[in-house]
Amino acid sequence: MNIIVCIKQVPETTDVRINPETNTLIRDGVKSIINPFDMYAIEESVRLKERFNGKVTVVTMGPPQAEAALREAISLGADEGILISDRAFAGGDTWATSNTLSHAIVKIKKELGGFDLILCGKQASDGDTAQVGPGISAFLDIPQVTYVKKIEEIKDNKIRLERMSEEGFDIIETPAPCLLTVVKEINEPRIPSLKGMIRAKSAKIIVWTAKDIGVEAKDVGLNGSRTTVVKIFTPPHRTGGQKLTGETPEIVEKLVGLLKSEITG
Amino acid sequence: MGIQIINDKCVGCSLCIKTCPFGAIIVKDKKAIIDLHKCTLCGACLPSCKFKAILLEKPQAQAEKKDFSAHKGVWVFVEQKKSKVQSVSYELIGKARELADKLHTYVGAVLIGNAIESEAQSLIASGVDTVYLVEAVQLANFLDEPYTNVLVSLIRKYKPEIVLSGATIIGRSLIARVAVKIDAGLTADCTGLDIEEERKILLQTRPAFGGNIMATIISPNYRPQMATVRHKVFVQPELDKSRKGKIIKESFPINELASRTTLLEVVEEVENLVNIAEADIIVSGGRAMGGPDNFKMLHDLAEVLGGAVGSSRAAVDAGWIPYSHQVGQTGRTVAPKIYIACGISGQIQHLVGMQSSKVIVAINKDPDAPIFKVATYCIVGDIFEIVPALTKKFKEVLKK
Repeated sequence: MNIIVCIKQVPETTDVRINPETNTLIRDGVKSIINPFDMYAIEESVRLKERFNGKVTVVTMGPPQAEAALREAISLGADEGILISDRAFAGGDTWATSNTLSHAIVKIKKELGGFDLILCGKQASDGDTAQVGPGISAFLDIPQVTYVKKIEEIKDNKIRLERMSEEGFDIIETPAPCLLTVVKEINEPRIPSLKGMIRAKSAKIIVWTAKDIGVEAKDVGLNGSRTTVVKIFTPPHRTGGQKLTGETPEIVEKLVGLLKSEITG
Repeated sequence: MGIQIINDKCVGCSLCIKTCPFGAIIVKDKKAIIDLHKCTLCGACLPSCKFKAILLEKPQAQAEKKDFSAHKGVWVFVEQKKSKVQSVSYELIGKARELADKLHTYVGAVLIGNAIESEAQSLIASGVDTVYLVEAVQLANFLDEPYTNVLVSLIRKYKPEIVLSGATIIGRSLIARVAVKIDAGLTADCTGLDIEEERKILLQTRPAFGGNIMATIISPNYRPQMATVRHKVFVQPELDKSRKGKIIKESFPINELASRTTLLEVVEEVENLVNIAEADIIVSGGRAMGGPDNFKMLHDLAEVLGGAVGSSRAAVDAGWIPYSHQVGQTGRTVAPKIYIACGISGQIQHLVGMQSSKVIVAINKDPDAPIFKVATYCIVGDIFEIVPALTKKFKEVLKK
């Protein structure tokens, strides 16, 4: 079973702090990590490889330093890392990003062999859109199942899985090849093995540019984006709330008084 | 395309540094330098430069004028489960009505399902002018491919200028696929939608970076302009039973209703029946709950208030409560009227999942807990004393 995992390098959000004077994000010294949701996708791909054999190819679009994310994925059990990197990709929205990644996947299929499954995290922790996964499957015109919380069975090229819903979950069957986006519940990611880390260090990362994957500059990055950011601003800050003090009965009395109209009104 | 500093104009004043949400600008030798690996070309720095020393080349496509006069109407994709329209769709209809009035156009609702015509009237009563009704056995439950085919065909045929959908599990899956198929721009999880008077285009505002910054996004060169919106962001409109609207029935050939994925079973989990994404009041517990049994006191309070129980990641990871209750970055994002955080310290990952709540009550022993920074009402104290007392008092006041 050959699996492609699409990952994204994101800032580690625990480190995101606001500069109180300027109200902007402080990003200096912020560590970059693999998007937390993608860790579940990597883990699931490695588990499937362990069950069914095959190959796990991890692909990311990003600046040169995103190579670190690919090496980490290799340390966790992926076989191969491909970095799609080009200045032309900067400022891309989800349309441009899905377009770029789908072109890379077409090239992977042609040159490195076909795939049975594409796995993505349900969304990236920085953008939070959850649009790139479905975008890729739309470009490739393959079936998609989002919010997958369990892969129950794979048999005769058919995958039976559970998709999270607001009320519980749906059991769905999909043929391969297809694209799945996964949620946290699907597994518990392992930590890298020493062997994996040694392998990751020396692994050769393939780097492809826009030209390599055959996309035109007009269809990627800011140029290819269907949306444009016109304004970025900091939301009105909640400036510390009202402190309720005193003995418990007193506090409770006050709070109930303050909340009553919200509840009944 | 790209961004650059015009060195002849830059005086190294550093004003731009503060405006960059991505920390991509530094000043070296009295000249600003942009780290292109950090820069996202958002343009937030441009207005700060008094010397016009920052040059951002916008894509050419934006200079080109396209004629979109054939595109009319504000549409809502109506989400239904078990043939019942979900509340988020009504919330969107309310907003769509407002946007349509500003644009002097109509509100359309796409209702897809099986034997679902009975729901059309309440859509009209909520503000819809035209309901596009598509009924078929194959469409009874949501499936990505046939729903995509139907929505794409209708959009191509009727050319709406705006299409809105709930940012639900179904909405996010469907609309992202549709947007690529019809080559349209899409903005996820908007918290504000408005019309720019001058160009009559949709202004889509959404939080980014876990709500630490807000971005206003447009898609002026593509139609329709598409956006998803979370539950509870907009208010459900009052029903006006006297409103009149029309129903246009559309049918599709069997091959367009085919799906490669098959829905085998819909499983509802009992503990999920109160859906935290839809609850008006959430009582949430964290690490300080100390164990699974103590969640009973949160359930008691939630019951009196008619709310749901949430939790932090710490409590879920400890196995005290199922994942479906988790609020935060790796759980669900909620925006209830009242969020009561009990013994939750308020890690940023939790805060991003609940800081849009209208009223936040925080109860924590630690006066320095970060949760107090976002709370409306702060109580430094023992949850095991305050929560039961609160339940008792509310019981009296609400006469339950």
